[in-house]
Amino acid sequence: MNGEIAAILAMDGIASGAIYVLIGLGLVLIFAVTRVIFVPFGDIAAFTALSLASLETGGRPGTVGLVAVLAVLATAVEAVALVRNRAFHRLPRALLFYLVLPLIPAAAVWFAAGTTFSMPVRIVLSLALVLPIAPLLDRIVFRPIADASVLLLLTVAVALHFALSGLGLMFFGPEGVRTKPLTDAVFDVAGLIVNGQMLLILAASIVFCGLLFLYFEFTIQGKALRATAVNRVGARLVGIRPTSTGTIAYLLASLLAGISGVLIAPVTTIFYDSGFLLGLKAFVGAIIGAMVSYPVTALGAVMVGLLESFTSFWLSAYKEVLVFSLLIPVLLWRSLAFAGTEEEEAEE
Amino acid sequence: MKNSIAAAVVAASLGFATAAQAEITVGFITSQSGPGSSIGVLYDRGMKAAVEYASSVGAEKVKLIQLDDGSDPSSATRNARKLVEENKVDLLIGTSTAASTSAMVPIANELKVPMIAISPISVAANDAGDRWAIVMPQPPTLMVKVVVDRMKRDGVKQFAYIGFSDAWGDLVYNGAQKPAEADGLKILTNERYVRTDTSVTGQVLKMMATKPDAVLLGGAATQGALPPLALAERGYKGPLYGTPALLNTDFIRVGGKAVEGVQVSAGPVVVAEQLPDTHFSKKISMDFRAAYQKANGSPTSDAFSAYSFDAWLVFLDAAKRAMATGAKPGTPEFRVALRNAIFNTNDLVGTHAIYNYKPSDSYGVDERALVMVRLVNGQWKYEP
Repeated sequence: MNGEIAAILAMDGIASGAIYVLIGLGLVLIFAVTRVIFVPFGDIAAFTALSLASLETGGRPGTVGLVAVLAVLATAVEAVALVRNRAFHRLPRALLFYLVLPLIPAAAVWFAAGTTFSMPVRIVLSLALVLPIAPLLDRIVFRPIADASVLLLLTVAVALHFALSGLGLMFFGPEGVRTKPLTDAVFDVAGLIVNGQMLLILAASIVFCGLLFLYFEFTIQGKALRATAVNRVGARLVGIRPTSTGTIAYLLASLLAGISGVLIAPVTTIFYDSGFLLGLKAFVGAIIGAMVSYPVTALGAVMVGLLESFTSFWLSAYKEVLVFSLLIPVLLWRSLAFAGTEEEEAEE
Repeated sequence: MKNSIAAAVVAASLGFATAAQAEITVGFITSQSGPGSSIGVLYDRGMKAAVEYASSVGAEKVKLIQLDDGSDPSSATRNARKLVEENKVDLLIGTSTAASTSAMVPIANELKVPMIAISPISVAANDAGDRWAIVMPQPPTLMVKVVVDRMKRDGVKQFAYIGFSDAWGDLVYNGAQKPAEADGLKILTNERYVRTDTSVTGQVLKMMATKPDAVLLGGAATQGALPPLALAERGYKGPLYGTPALLNTDFIRVGGKAVEGVQVSAGPVVVAEQLPDTHFSKKISMDFRAAYQKANGSPTSDAFSAYSFDAWLVFLDAAKRAMATGAKPGTPEFRVALRNAIFNTNDLVGTHAIYNYKPSDSYGVDERALVMVRLVNGQWKYEP
C-alpha cells in the first residue's frame, strides 16, 4: 500500500461514511425521542433510491401504492381512536394530516406517470413520496405501544423491517437499479481523481449535520425534541406532547433517509432489500455514539466507512465480519466506562 | 368438509381415469412468484415451448401438471410430495432456485421417482447408492474451465479474481484454480464483495496493484457490474472474463460502457442464430426459438428457458425407451424403467449440450456445452 492508495481508500471510506452519518443521525434522533430503534430506516433510504430510478425511466414508483396503503391504514387507526374518545371535532384535522397530505405527492406522481421530469424535480418528488412513510408507520405501529419496553419496541421494529422489505419486493420487484449520476464533474486534487458525486455526498452530509445542529439549538421545536429525549415525563409536564414530537422526529428522520437514498442511488445498485445493511452499518456508528450523542455518532459512522474501505483492500472476504466485530470492543468499553450512568429507564 | 370430500372423490376418479389410459404424467415445479420468479417465469415459458414442440411419446399423450413453489424450498418439497403421492407423476422437473431444487432431490430419492433438476446443483447418491436425479445445466466448474482455457488462448499469463462473498463466488474461484494450474496461469487475487456493497474501490485498487493481464468476474446479474464499473473508473483497460451468471440484461443496462467487450462462457443456445450450420445446437435451438415464439408470442435469447426445453427432450427420449420395456405409466415399475432410461441417455442433442447420462453421475454434459461469447454494443456475439 502506498500513499496514493491510502488516500483513495480514505476518500472512499469518508464518502460511504458520510452516508452512514445521515442514517445514523436519523436512528439516534428517533431513538432519543421515541425510544424506538427504527430498524426499517435503511429500507426507506432504499425505497427513495428505487422511486428515483423509477421516476427516471418515467414509470410509476411502487412507493405510490405503499404510501396509499399506509395512509389509509393510519387514517383508519386515527379515526377509530378519535371516535372512541368522542373527539369528533378533531376528525377533519386527522383526515388532512394522515390522508390528504401524504397522498398529494403520491397522486401527483401517479397522474404524471410517463412524463420525464428534470433531475431536481425528480429528487424533490421522490423525497416527498417517502417522507410520509416513517410518520405513518409510527401512527399505525408504534404509537399504540408507545409506553412499551425498549425491547418490545425493537422487536416490533425488526418485524416491521421484514414486512417492509417484503412489500418492497412486491412493489419494486427483485431487480436492482442504479440512477444517473447527479453530477459528472471530476476534479484533480494533487494528482488524485475526486469525482463530484463523492464531494456532493460529503457536502450534503455536512450541510444536514449543520442544519440539524441549528434546529436543535435555536428553534422551539428542536428544543422540544431535545427535552423529550432527555426526559419524556418532564417534557410532558411542561406541556410538550410526546406524540407530536415523535411525528416530527420521524419526519426529520425520513428526510435524512430520503437524502441518503438519493445520494447513494447513483453510486451503487440498490435492491429492494439493500437498505437493511446500510441501516445496520449506520447502527454500529450510532452504538459508538451510545444512541444519544449526535457528534460521536457521526464520528463513529465515518469510522465505520473508513474501516470498511480499508478492510475491503486488505481482507475483502472478511470485511463485514470486521465491521460488525467493531461492536464488541465498543460495547465493552461503553459498559465498563459508563457503568451505572444509564439508569434513565428507572426514573420514569 | 363435504365439498372437500367431493373434491377428493372427483380427484381420485380422475386419477383412476388417467391410470386406465396409461398416460405419462410429468410434474413440473417452478417459481412464478417470489425472488426466484425472474428465472422461474423463463423456465415456465421454456416448458410451454417444449410442450408446443412435442407433447407425446409414440402414441401416448403426456400430461403436464405444473405447480408454483413461490421461491420457497419448503413449498417446493411439499409440492413435489403432493405431485408424487396425489397426482402419481412419473417424473419430477424443477425448479428455479438452487435451494429449492436441492430440497426436491430427497423427495425423489425417498419416493423413488426420477427427477430432472433444471438449476445447477450437486446431487449425491442416496444411502443405497442409487441416483434418482439428473442435472441439466452445465456444472459451474465446467463454466469456469472453459473461460480459463480461453484466457490461456488469448495469451493471458496472470489474472485477478473478484467475486461475491457467497457460495457462487467460492464456486467460481475454486473452479478456476484447477484449470489455471493446468494451463499455467497465475491467479493474483481472491477479492470478494457483497451484493449490497456500495463500493468495491478497495478491492479494485488491490487488483490493479498486482498488474493483472485480465480480470475474472465471479459476480452475478445486476451487481456483477459493480467491479467493471469501479475498474473502468480506475482506468483499467484490460480484458474482462465472466461466467454465464452475467448473461443478464440488467448487467448490460447497469454496466453500460464499462462491461463492453466482456467475454463469458454460455450455452450455445444463447447465440443460436450466429452458430455455424455445422454446430450441433444450431438446428434444435432454432426449432426451440420457433416453438417458444409460437407458445409465448415473444422471441427469446435467454439461456434458462432452454434448460426446461432440454429437460423435456431428455424425458421424451428416455420415456420412449421406458415404454419399450412394457411397464405401465403410473406404476413403480415404470418409474424405475424411466430412471434407468434417463441414466442411460446417449448422445442426445439438446439446445445447450449433447447429453450423456451414466448411472454413476448426475451431470451429463461436456465442454461442447459451452461456447464463448463477447458483449459488443450491448449484444452477445459468438466468439469461436
